[in-house]
Amino acid sequence: MLGALSRNRPLLALLRGGNGGDKAASAALWAASKRFMSSDNTITVREALNSAIDEEMSADNKVFVMGEEVGEYQGAYKVTKGLLQKFGPDRVLDTPITEAGFTGLGVGAAMYGLKPIVEFMTFNFAMQAIDHLINSAAKTNYMSGGTINVPIVFRGPNGAAAGVAAQHSQCFAAWYGQVPGLKVLVPYDAEDARGLMKAAIRDPDPVVFLENELLYGESFPVSQEVLDPSFTLPIGKAKIMREGDDLTIVTFSKMVGYALKAADELAKEGISVEVVNLRSIRPLDRETINASVRKTSRLLTLEEGWPQHGVGAEICASVVEESFYYLDAPVERICGADVPMPYAANLERLAVPQVRLGSVGLYGSRVKKRCADACM
Amino acid sequence: MNGSRSMLRLATAALRQGSSLPGSAGKGAYCKTEFLVRGYAADADAYDKMPDSGKKPDSGEIVVEIPVKFNLHLLESGPPQEAITTKEELMKSYTDMSVIRRAEISADMLFKSQMIRGFCHLYDGQEAVAVGMERALTFDDSVITAYRDHGIFLGRGGTALELFSELMGKKTGCALGKGGSMHLYHRKHNFWGGWGIVGSVPPLGAGLAFAHKYMKKPNVVVAIYGDGAGNQGQLYEAQNLAALWNLPLILLIENNHFGMGTAEWRASKKVTHYDRVPYIPGIKADGMDMFSVREAFKYCKEHCLAGKGPIMLEADTYRYHGHSMSDPGSTYRSRKEIQGMRQERDPIERIRKIILTEELVTKEELKDLDKKIRAEVEDAAAKAREEPFPSDDELFANIYKADSGLVAYGCDRRKTKVEMP
Repeated sequence: MLGALSRNRPLLALLRGGNGGDKAASAALWAASKRFMSSDNTITVREALNSAIDEEMSADNKVFVMGEEVGEYQGAYKVTKGLLQKFGPDRVLDTPITEAGFTGLGVGAAMYGLKPIVEFMTFNFAMQAIDHLINSAAKTNYMSGGTINVPIVFRGPNGAAAGVAAQHSQCFAAWYGQVPGLKVLVPYDAEDARGLMKAAIRDPDPVVFLENELLYGESFPVSQEVLDPSFTLPIGKAKIMREGDDLTIVTFSKMVGYALKAADELAKEGISVEVVNLRSIRPLDRETINASVRKTSRLLTLEEGWPQHGVGAEICASVVEESFYYLDAPVERICGADVPMPYAANLERLAVPQVRLGSVGLYGSRVKKRCADACM
Repeated sequence: MNGSRSMLRLATAALRQGSSLPGSAGKGAYCKTEFLVRGYAADADAYDKMPDSGKKPDSGEIVVEIPVKFNLHLLESGPPQEAITTKEELMKSYTDMSVIRRAEISADMLFKSQMIRGFCHLYDGQEAVAVGMERALTFDDSVITAYRDHGIFLGRGGTALELFSELMGKKTGCALGKGGSMHLYHRKHNFWGGWGIVGSVPPLGAGLAFAHKYMKKPNVVVAIYGDGAGNQGQLYEAQNLAALWNLPLILLIENNHFGMGTAEWRASKKVTHYDRVPYIPGIKADGMDMFSVREAFKYCKEHCLAGKGPIMLEADTYRYHGHSMSDPGSTYRSRKEIQGMRQERDPIERIRKIILTEELVTKEELKDLDKKIRAEVEDAAAKAREEPFPSDDELFANIYKADSGLVAYGCDRRKTKVEMP
C-alpha cells in the first residue's frame, strides 16, 4: 500500500504538506488516496478521469481546464472536483454559457501553444461550437501545411443518460469519427479513462474524448501500473475484453459492459463470444477488428447511436472489404432506434439496446440462430 | 457621433433629391451614392484636404496632420490628431502599400487566367489598414484575420513569392499549397491565418490573447473582422470573455461597408462597430489614412499592455474590387462611388503627396520606385508560376501532427491506402 503511494508523487508531495499546501485540500486528497490504497485497487471512472487530469496538470504547466461549472461547482458531473482548489482560477476556468465563444478561445490558445481541456457539459451542447471543432481545430494542421497544430482535448459526456430525452441524449461518435484531423476516443472502464485521458492530453492533435454519464460512478479494479502517473494507453488500439471463438462483438463505451454481460449469458448456452472494446473511434483499429472476425467468422457491431451512417456501418464496411471470405454469415448491427430519444421509460428502453439478463433477449436469439445455422 | 449621424441624414436627403444614376434602382443603396466618399466623420470636408504636414526643424522628423477626427467610445481622450514620422517610415510605408497594391492587381490577372482557383478576395484599397497596423506592432504581437488576408500576410513580413505560390497551390507556398488564398499562415511572425468562416476569428483571437496573458507575454493580439461579421453571435461571446478575463485583445473591424453585397445599413440596425459594446472602449479611425490607423493602434496597444482589457478599433476603409473575383462589385454600389474613393481617399496617393510635398524624393525617383516595385512583384508571380505543385504524397501529409502508424485512405480504397511511418 505504501508502495502504491510512493509511486504517486504529486499525491505524496501534497500529503507531506509541501509548498504550504492547504490543509483542507491535503485532507481531501488523503481521503481520496485511501481509495487508491484499498486492497483491491478499485476506482470509479470519475476518479480515473479526475486523477488523470490532475496528474497531467501537475506535470505540465501549459495544461488548463475550461468549461461550464468546472471550478466552483466542482464539475457538473464532479469530474473536475478539487482541481480549482489545487491549481487555482488561472488554470481552472469557469466559463459563461457560450460554447461557440469559449471553444474558439480554447482553439486559439492551443494554436499558440497551450494545452486546453475544454469540457462540454454534454456533447449535445458542443453542436453550438461544432464549427470550431471541425473548421478551426481539426483542419488547421493540414490547411497550414503542418505549421500550426492544435493540441486540445474536448471532453464531456456523450450519448444517452437516463430520462433526459431527445435534446440531451445524442451519440456523436459517428459525426466526429468521420473527420480527418480529429482523434476520437471512447473509454469504457477506469483503465481506459485514465490511460486514454493522459494520452489525449499529451497528444499534439485535437482529441474528442467521449465519456458516458452513466459510467462515471461505476467502479473497476485497476492494477498498480494503471495508477502510476506515467501510465498511458496508445491511441488507435482496441482491446479484446474477452476472448471467444463463435462471434465477435465490436463495441465501445457503455455498450462494452452490455456486451460482456451478454457474453456471460451466451456462454451458458455454449456460445463463445469475443468482445472487442474499440477505445478509439478514430483512428479505428481495423487490424484488431478484422483479426478477430477472421477467427470467429461472425461480426456483430453494437452501439447506442443512430443506425444510419453510424460507427457500426463503418466497421461492417471495413470487415466486408478486408475479411469477406472469412465470414460465415452476413454482418449484423445493433444500434439505437432510428428515433429522437423519447422520455417515457418504456419507450426509452425500446430506443436503446438492452441486455435481457435471464433470457438472452432479442439480439441474443438472433445470434444463437446464426450460430445454429452455421453448424447445420 | 451624433454629428456623423446627422451628416448621414443630410447627405442622404440631399442625394435623394438629386440622384439619378444611370441604371440604378432609384432606391436603397443607390440613393446613398456619394456619402461613402465622405465617410461618417462629422468633419466631412476633411476628405478634400491634403493633410497638412511640415518638417520639424533640424530633427528630420515630419509632422503629418490626421484630418479626420477620431471617434471615441468610453474613452476620455484618444490618439493625437497628428503623427510624427520620418522619411524612412514614409518611404517604407509607401513601398509596403504599393507592394500590396501590385500583388492584388497581379492576383486579379492570375485569377482571370485561371492560375488561381476557387476564391480570391482582394485587399486593394485597404492597404493603409494593414500597413498602419504594422507600424505600431512588432512581429512578437499576434495578428489573426479572416479570408481577405493577402495584404495582412504581406504586412506581417510574408514574401510575394510565398503568397503567389500559395495562391497557385504550389509547394513553395506558405502553407505548402494546401491552404490557398483564404488560409495563409506565417507562424514565425505570429500571423495566425487566414480563416474562411465569417465570425470565427474573434473567439480564436481571444484564445491567442488568453495564451499571451497565460504565458505572460508583453504583447497584444489583433483579431480582425469585417462589418459583415459584426453581427455574429460568437463575436459577442468573444467580447464578453475578453472583457471578463481582461485579455490583451485589439478587435480590429475593417469596415469596408459591404458584407459581400449587402450594404451595412441593410445588415445592421446599428452601423458603427467601435461603440457597440457598453463595456469595451472603442476608437473609430480613418482606414484610408495610414497615420490615423497607426496612431489608433499605438493607443490601443498601450491600452491593452496597461492591463485595461480589450479594445475595439474600427477602421473606416474601402475595397476597390468586389467581394471576391466572382463579384464585379457594381451591382450593389455605383461605379461613381468606387471612382470617387480612388480619387479622394486612396491611401497610397495620400502618402505619395506627402512625400512629394516634403520633397523627400523627386517625382522621377518615385516613378522609378513604382516601376521597381511592379517589376519585383511581377517577377515573384512569374517565379511562382514555375514552381512545382506539391507531390502526390502530400495528400496524406500533416492531417495530424502525431500520425505515426496511422492509415489514411484515398478514393479507391483498394489502390490507395497509406500508412504513415
